[in-house]
Amino acid sequence: MSTPTADVVVTGLGATTPLGGDVASTWEALLAGRSGVSRITDDWVKEFPAQLVARLTSEPAETLDRVRTRRLDRSQQVAVVAAEEAWRDAAGADSGVAPERIAVVFGTGIGGALTLLGQDDVLEEKGPKRVSPFTIPMLMPNGPAAAVGLAVGARAGVHAPVSACASGAEAIRWGLDLLRLGRADMVVVGGTEACVHPLPMAGFAAMRAMSTRNDEPERASRPFDKGRDGFVLGEGAAALVLERAEAAQARGAKVYARLAGAGGTADGYDLVAPHPEGEGAGRAIGAAIRDAGLTAADIGHVNAHATSTPLGDTAEATAIRDAIGDHTLVTATKSQTGHLLGAAGALESVFTILALRDQLVPATANLEDVDDNPAVQALDIVRREPRKATFSAALNDSFGFGGHNMALVFTTV
Amino acid sequence: MPSTADIQAGLAEILEEVAGVTPADATPEKSFTEDLDVDSLSMVEIATAVEDKFGVAIPDDELANIKTVGDAMSYIEKNQG
Repeated sequence: MSTPTADVVVTGLGATTPLGGDVASTWEALLAGRSGVSRITDDWVKEFPAQLVARLTSEPAETLDRVRTRRLDRSQQVAVVAAEEAWRDAAGADSGVAPERIAVVFGTGIGGALTLLGQDDVLEEKGPKRVSPFTIPMLMPNGPAAAVGLAVGARAGVHAPVSACASGAEAIRWGLDLLRLGRADMVVVGGTEACVHPLPMAGFAAMRAMSTRNDEPERASRPFDKGRDGFVLGEGAAALVLERAEAAQARGAKVYARLAGAGGTADGYDLVAPHPEGEGAGRAIGAAIRDAGLTAADIGHVNAHATSTPLGDTAEATAIRDAIGDHTLVTATKSQTGHLLGAAGALESVFTILALRDQLVPATANLEDVDDNPAVQALDIVRREPRKATFSAALNDSFGFGGHNMALVFTTV
Repeated sequence: MPSTADIQAGLAEILEEVAGVTPADATPEKSFTEDLDVDSLSMVEIATAVEDKFGVAIPDDELANIKTVGDAMSYIEKNQG
């Protein structure tokens, strides 16, 4: 049962995003072409070059009870909301799997920034005695994983990969490994982020990484478009329940897709800049396809990382073209969700799985004038409206500051 | 100076806010950890809230001796200005 080739399947999905408070509403809004991006109207933003954000449509406090809400950082709250949806969707509580065989892998890019910064204000204004005793468990980057672990009663292990914007995808890869190695029978995986605050906004803006198209919020995130000028910060979380195919079948679980393979590499090039030809990204994509026992020709759809930054999108296009080819249908859903950083890989894996299920590739919004870069030009990027297609394998890639590259391959069952 | 009943009501308010305890359950004989499911970090928050509400600071070594709602009530009663 615990052979490295064990089939792993996805039996539950959850999400709370700038497009909707759950998976169904998020997917519907994505296919309808709606944007989650808006302009911040708070006073603090006035001097900021980048004033756009993709906020949640549903506050986590609407779902979680009041006491739980006040003891969890916002990044933990959204993680729990998404994980509980996935857990219900998978009927995890009725699965009969012992807590000692349930694991959690939940990543975040930034962690409890709102708590860190909020409690720093308390420290400055009122002194050390007034700092909340929950400060550390709320700001620690393993906090979301730990909160999800408590929510689902996981006792096989709780893990928290931290690899910036690749964290969510890395969590899914770790989950696959845990199941293949027989270290757990059921794993809740995902990513979370909630750091809409002046400091992260100022930091990303200082890197010139964010879009400053402040007057046109819904048109600001435009992956692969000539006019792109940076990403839009989003908040939210997404979660998946993974288990071995045999076990899922034995308990009669609904199966969305197989998680057929994963690949991860490091650029070894620069702390933040992507390798211009996407060398490490291409290696991750190739590794994931081989791990799935497939060839590039099998990959019918790619949900690209494509954050709408000038350098990142062309590097990724080169990687996709070289590692997969020009036959695959590419989409960049951050055009509507914004960039959820540590949650991005998990959310886009949910989209990849639903695209497989529905045989429907969502469109890339705002792609009006395709970049002249030859690799971008070579790709078949779905735009204007979702495209029906027949495909049995799809890939989601994610990259993070630090040179982290992750790729995941999902297939139909 | 608040009466014993005022202190109990004030404590109940704090317990509801910090730990989600139903006010009617905050009776003197109740143990914070055993009966009301209040953990040690929440006890720290309760101590801070008590200081704000009653002007009574509870040092850590005293906090460790406060096991029940009644213990907290007597401490506040004894130490208020």
